[in-house]
Amino acid sequence: MNILRAASAGTLESSDALVMVSPGEGELAIDIESVVLPQFGAVIRQAVEEVAREMGVTAGIVRVNDRGALECTLRARVETALLRGTEAGT
Amino acid sequence: MSKLAGSLREAITACGLKDGMTVSFHHHLRNGDHTLNQVLAEIAGMGIKNLRIEASSLFAVHAPLVEHIKNGVVTAIGTGYMSGPLARAVSEGILPGPARFRTHGGRPAAMERGTARVDVAFIAAPAADPMGNLSGVLGPAACGSLGYAMTDARYAGKVVALTDHLLPYPLFPASIQEDRVDYVVQLSSIGNPQGIVSGTTRMTRDPVALAIARLAARVIEHSGLIKDGFSFQTGAGGASLAVTQYLKPIMRRLNVRGSFGLGGITGYLVEMLEEGFFDSLLDVQCFDLKAVASIRDNPRHQEISAARYASPLAKSAAVDSLDAVVLGALEIDTDFNVNVHADSNGIIAGGSGGHADTAAGAKLAIVAAPLFRARLPIIVDRVLCVTTPGDTVDVLITQRGIAVNPGQPELKDRLVRAGLPVYDIVKLKEMAEGYTGVPAPVKPEGKVVGEVEYRDGRVIDVIRAVR
Repeated sequence: MNILRAASAGTLESSDALVMVSPGEGELAIDIESVVLPQFGAVIRQAVEEVAREMGVTAGIVRVNDRGALECTLRARVETALLRGTEAGT
Repeated sequence: MSKLAGSLREAITACGLKDGMTVSFHHHLRNGDHTLNQVLAEIAGMGIKNLRIEASSLFAVHAPLVEHIKNGVVTAIGTGYMSGPLARAVSEGILPGPARFRTHGGRPAAMERGTARVDVAFIAAPAADPMGNLSGVLGPAACGSLGYAMTDARYAGKVVALTDHLLPYPLFPASIQEDRVDYVVQLSSIGNPQGIVSGTTRMTRDPVALAIARLAARVIEHSGLIKDGFSFQTGAGGASLAVTQYLKPIMRRLNVRGSFGLGGITGYLVEMLEEGFFDSLLDVQCFDLKAVASIRDNPRHQEISAARYASPLAKSAAVDSLDAVVLGALEIDTDFNVNVHADSNGIIAGGSGGHADTAAGAKLAIVAAPLFRARLPIIVDRVLCVTTPGDTVDVLITQRGIAVNPGQPELKDRLVRAGLPVYDIVKLKEMAEGYTGVPAPVKPEGKVVGEVEYRDGRVIDVIRAVR
């Protein structure tokens, strides 16, 4: 699946994450900002990569602004943003 | 004779303030304080350098201190609490040496011992007369109790009162009296009432905080302490404050009349006083305007000094007669040590205030905190900074369960018998990590930027610079 349009999911509330996706060439670029970056930066990146892989998204840009979301929340926000930005969203 | 100085500068000059001396400030005007910034701007303009600040607390409004530190006007700080841009700058190592953190009871003790010597105390007085009788309950910037400032007035070499509400001699009622005050200076404003107190303290509607508070009230109920003469302190934030609203029906049901509510006083404790749940309030600092009105109008609402509140050197302090206190935590470790100094990244985000004092004094010291905050478990193997030693903390309450300090087996039995959800603290930690995952450890390793002085004067921990 390819990201066809800019889309987002989530909020900047504490314990949530705002995920923004947009089309892009080449490999999937993942940009992560987080209030818990030192503690959970690596696992946040891993979660985003896994969700993208499971959905077959291999190109484009995913920006995560994480306010301390639990992993289940984060995965749901990434999945929703990708659905909204890909064919599946049409 | 008049003690009225023509200007702030005239008073500072008359006090003989020189390079290397110590000046003190108190924090009853909280984040609405205008006095510290005005005084330091004046001192900076006079070319005086290398000063030490002894403050009872410093807030975001005191951000101009950062410039004074950069310019060498201020080179050392002692305080009970620090937040905002100043705390960030101190965490980054802006001071030549470490900031000294004291407790609200440790501060008067350090002044009594002479380890915290103050050359000139600046007292923000919501009302004053020309001879230096001072009141906190009158005037446009009324803040209620002047408890922390009483210490400064007693121990400082020179005392300067700053007021924007000058009244005829003799002012009544005077919290700090003329025998302690050298000069009185009139300013156009000592503070912004909006920032002094929150107006009304708002009860949280956060369901997690309410669940914690409900559980905390049940722990107090089953602790064996709820009987006539019960005494109680709680903070003004989140779950701590909410405990008050759950305690009231319990006291009513058990037909218990308490002796006193202590501390920073909120409108909720004022209501309990007025409704007869407590005989008295002992107030070192007012947190909202309802408390300010009450301490002005109700003789049972008593103003107390910082020393009487919590000093370990006082012949007795109110915390020594305290039954239960509800405290917060940024972190608590599996030995029950509590950190309210540094956030999860090790950056200064507060300080003890009365935390360590009340935990040491109270028969039941409760720490109430969510199991995790924004993916960070509250329970850790070792806190980044020890504010309050674990042997003075009796019980941790989270929304999912309670952990009792192993040093309190009788309390644990009581709570288990009452059917409350009691777990080992390690089990609660694992429960939290089940939701959040295990955080990678963070440990700042820069130079020492803060020293945590316990109430007895010992340095029990340090805070290091973040890179």
